[in-house]
Amino acid sequence: MRQRYNFGYLIGEGFRSIFTHGFMSFAAVCMIVCCLLIMGSFSLVAVNAAYNFSDLENENQFSAFIDESVPQEEARALQDDIEAVPNVARAEFVTKEEAQADFEKDYEGNPLFEDLPSDVYRDRFHIYLEDISKLEETETAVKQVAGVAYTKSAPEIAEGFNVIRNIASAVALILVGILLLVSLFIISNTIKLAFFNRRDEIAIMKMCGATNGFVRWPFVIEGMILGLVGSIVAFFLQWGIYALVGRAVSGSDTIELLKVMDFQPMALMVLGYFLLIGLVIGVLGSLLAIRKFLQV
Amino acid sequence: MIRLIDIEKSYDNGTKALKGVNMRIDDGEFVFLVGPSGSGKSTILKLITAEIAPSGGRLMVNGYNLNNITPRQVPYMRRTLGVVFQDFRLIEKKTVEDNLIFAMQAVGASSKEIKKRVAYVLDLVGLLEKSHQRPDQLSGGEQQRVAIARALVNNPQMIIADEPTGNLDPMRSLEIMMLLERINELGTTVLVVTHERELVNRFSKRVVAIENGRIISDETGGYYNNETTI
Repeated sequence: MRQRYNFGYLIGEGFRSIFTHGFMSFAAVCMIVCCLLIMGSFSLVAVNAAYNFSDLENENQFSAFIDESVPQEEARALQDDIEAVPNVARAEFVTKEEAQADFEKDYEGNPLFEDLPSDVYRDRFHIYLEDISKLEETETAVKQVAGVAYTKSAPEIAEGFNVIRNIASAVALILVGILLLVSLFIISNTIKLAFFNRRDEIAIMKMCGATNGFVRWPFVIEGMILGLVGSIVAFFLQWGIYALVGRAVSGSDTIELLKVMDFQPMALMVLGYFLLIGLVIGVLGSLLAIRKFLQV
Repeated sequence: MIRLIDIEKSYDNGTKALKGVNMRIDDGEFVFLVGPSGSGKSTILKLITAEIAPSGGRLMVNGYNLNNITPRQVPYMRRTLGVVFQDFRLIEKKTVEDNLIFAMQAVGASSKEIKKRVAYVLDLVGLLEKSHQRPDQLSGGEQQRVAIARALVNNPQMIIADEPTGNLDPMRSLEIMMLLERINELGTTVLVVTHERELVNRFSKRVVAIENGRIISDETGGYYNNETTI
């Protein structure tokens, strides 16, 4: 024996219920919009921060200095061995002549560094990493490559990046968790109100032999609609806010170092996440709200 | 068919509502269940509709063993019953017709079935012409007829009427009883819970009297006796 569902009826009931207690539905949509906006804004800030960090990371490297006894051609040939070390993104060979030229350019006009003999410079590789957090072990592995005399790095920069990234991730996770719970609570209360408004009808339905599924569906559909409407409104607001903030940041002299990613390439992904989160909040909220009322 | 075998029911507060009740209602019967307030009538109805579970004994309703019925089976068991309440419990904002449609939609009936059955049942209770009126535009007797129509619309094996004439004047009460009698003649089992002595005694039907949680008399063609009840 199975309950036959008239989905046209169930969807109609879900929509009708939204307008029966319009103010609460409006409040629920507003809350979902607020939560998604805060969640979305924070995530976009995190994405942009990661984008800017990765740009900075590109600047981060360590240097591997080649033993003086290794001829320059052999030193250049070490590139393949160094790039074979795990976590090395690429290695850039710099001859001692190039190093000297760079150094003299950097300290041009400083008498202390003028006329340094060329034999104080060594051939070297600038090594770029895939994951800056593994700097130490990568450096140790590069030191093992035959011909590498020693390496030089600034681990505190890598550690700084890691700390900032870890804090950002933790704060994002906590905020997202709290906001999800708040949204769930609000949508669940809206559905409870809807259920309370229709308690007599539901008692009659159950006495007539309606299954729990049949009673549940209109409320689940109501939650889904509220969640989806909230997601779509939040998406367009997010887009507008992002564009405004992006323009403000790009036009500012004080924070011109920061680069803001374009929204368009991320738009589909943001919409997808918003719809998914809205849908999950809506469905979960309604299921939580009516669970205990269906036990008669 | 309904069978209650040594049914006991104790509530959490310690009240013993039923003490070894035995009763059998066969298909097609018309039965009055009579007794004073607090005698256990409502408890029997709640047991039959699976709103509560018995504390002891065995209970069968239209082929379902309510001692081990699963929550998923309860709605299907309830579809074999049509329940009529003293306070009608109609949805005020819906028309007479929509109240019946609502009851059929609740069990997943198709539009075609709904159209056919609603018209038939409204004709049976004499309200076809008032199908587009709302309950508050009808008299008490008419509202109760709508409630009976709603109980009938899903074609149950049995109608259970809980004090169906409690809110009606004697003339309207008689009309309702005659309507229930007619429904019974068409093949539906009818169980009427009441304490209206004069009304019961106008019909020569089976009368089961309950007092203090025990059946004290069960007579076919019986009367609601002054000595047995308040």
